[in-house]
Amino acid sequence: MARSLGPVKRKFSPWTEPHAVPFIRFENITKRYGDFVAVDNLSLDIYEREFFSLLGPSGCGKTTLMRMLAGFEAPTEGRILLQGRDLANTPPYKRPTNMMFQSYALFPHMTVEKNIAFGLEQDGLPKGEISARVDEMLKLVKLEAFAKRKPAQLSGGQRQRVALARSLAKRPKVLLLDEPLGALDRKLREETQFELMDIQHTLGLTFLIVTHDQEEAMTVSDRIAVMDKGVVMQVATPAEIYEAPNTRYVAEFIGDINILECAVVANTGEVLQPGHPPVVRLDSQGVSIAVEQECAAAAGTSVAFAIRPEKVRISLNQPADVHINAVHGEVWDIGYLGDFSVFLVKLVDGRVVRAAQANVLRLVDRPITFGDIVWLTWPLDAGLVLTR
Amino acid sequence: MAEISAPTHRSPARWLVVAIPYIWLVLFFAAPFFIILKISLSDTAIAMPPYTPVFQGFGDIGSFFGGLDLDNYSFLAEDPLYLDAYLSSLRIAFISTLLLLLIGYPMALAMARAPSTIRPTLMMLVILPFWTSFLIRVYAWIGILKPEGLLTLLLQTLHILGPDDQVQIYRTDWAVFIGIVYSYLPFMVLPLYAALEKMDGTLLEAASDLGCPPWKAFWRITFPLSLPGVIAGSMICFIPITGEFVIPDLLGGASTLMIGKTLWTEFFGNRDWPLASAVAVLLLLALVVPIVIFQNQQRKVT
Repeated sequence: MARSLGPVKRKFSPWTEPHAVPFIRFENITKRYGDFVAVDNLSLDIYEREFFSLLGPSGCGKTTLMRMLAGFEAPTEGRILLQGRDLANTPPYKRPTNMMFQSYALFPHMTVEKNIAFGLEQDGLPKGEISARVDEMLKLVKLEAFAKRKPAQLSGGQRQRVALARSLAKRPKVLLLDEPLGALDRKLREETQFELMDIQHTLGLTFLIVTHDQEEAMTVSDRIAVMDKGVVMQVATPAEIYEAPNTRYVAEFIGDINILECAVVANTGEVLQPGHPPVVRLDSQGVSIAVEQECAAAAGTSVAFAIRPEKVRISLNQPADVHINAVHGEVWDIGYLGDFSVFLVKLVDGRVVRAAQANVLRLVDRPITFGDIVWLTWPLDAGLVLTR
Repeated sequence: MAEISAPTHRSPARWLVVAIPYIWLVLFFAAPFFIILKISLSDTAIAMPPYTPVFQGFGDIGSFFGGLDLDNYSFLAEDPLYLDAYLSSLRIAFISTLLLLLIGYPMALAMARAPSTIRPTLMMLVILPFWTSFLIRVYAWIGILKPEGLLTLLLQTLHILGPDDQVQIYRTDWAVFIGIVYSYLPFMVLPLYAALEKMDGTLLEAASDLGCPPWKAFWRITFPLSLPGVIAGSMICFIPITGEFVIPDLLGGASTLMIGKTLWTEFFGNRDWPLASAVAVLLLLALVVPIVIFQNQQRKVT
């Protein structure tokens, strides 16, 4: 489907600049409900114009965190600062944030137009300005023809657009999106993700999105905070989160990954390729693994070796060096995904390792099939040692 | 699954199920109404039954219809007592309904916003008075409101009233309003509660998020969305209050003029069945208008 592209995106990374002042700052936030700790001493900085995602399973505290920023919940402890100003005593209706609700929360007794105008009317803007802004918003979300309809007369995708238009109409400093695309089907969701990014880029707003959908977070975000049980596990760009997860939890939450339990054999700072990081040597039940990574794990400690399936090469031929980063096994199952095929390879000791291969040629029958004995290999810098 | 029965819409059992409500309405509404309508067109007579003509069979049908006329209706139009009674009834019903809304709405709202664990208890408390007979509860109000009653006693004990002063509420319109509001409150609260309870709470969060303070959000979101409940509750109260007889009779004074009481006097006091029937027919017609409004509203909601 043809999509009109916005201006070319530029590299954007204020969090790497030492003097950048965060736009939103969560400072040691704790939220308790009785005995249950929803958010546990959490600190987080979000920068202006950033598209920031809170990603985690349901119940991880991400929605609570967002609701505290909107003002619907008060933190038990800690402060939330917006542009350096403590929000504690600001009621939700005075905060410069607007939220797009998961349920959309459109006013059922008002037309699309009235829904979008609602926030502007609260500001007491003159009538002409309100209707101009409403028209602008309707155009932005391509709903000009539906202005006079009630929410009940719209499809799910259209309602989602109205909700977006309504939350954008006031040009909030921060737009909060609570699982905004959850109710849409896949195709519409992907399209809308790109539209969201364009809108955010065009209007230059700060977006904070709550989602449990890692693909969504990866697509739209400048940075992602992966949360679990009220704690932020890692805050990083999508690429960093995917390529360099800091814990097993993050590694397993984002994308598909093979985890092999290992013991550290040697971590002596030995450099195999000039200019590369030193090598950590591991042993995983007889499989010798070498990883180029700066790592503090001492010899003898147990760690995990993590490698994404698409970084594992699969071949019917035995590699030149079978002693390092190589293992053979039997093709136990194949998942054909169209763009990729995923091979589940059963090692001699019974463990299963997944290897993904891009289907670059149009072949109906692939050379590797069920029951084949295959070799799995990977370069020194493909995998990752995880100590936690 | 031995066999699938033939299309059921022609079976006698199904026909019966559909017919029962109609039979009920014909027997207990339409038939009595036509009897009343017929009596309203008759003339008083010192006889049993106390009107003429009486249906004597189809042989005499010509003179039977000849004996019917609109005399009672023209009499109602001539005597201002009846128009006054109608208007007074509508006035009392209107004011009572307004009071019921003012008292019932905050109650229903508080119930709907209460934690879901205590909602059944609150609901129970609203329904609880129904466990005692309506008549007994109205009589109890006499005990409270009469000059030497409980209210006087309480106010005297609290030294708000002097020992020789008495509360002068009993046998006034005030007592009628108190009695009506007390008796009809559950009928107002329950439809309001039903409408408020199903309202999505995130709508108010959305309103607040868009810069609308809570009191304003009430008028822009909560109240408009509860309108079906407001209309249902108002109609359910307004219609029977207009024809209310027991409460004005027991608590009202000589000056409390209500059509239900007038009707009772015509029927039992004056034994003028035809005139009383004419009053009843007009009362019904006067209430058809709000009932039609009510049903239109219900259709829009569903």
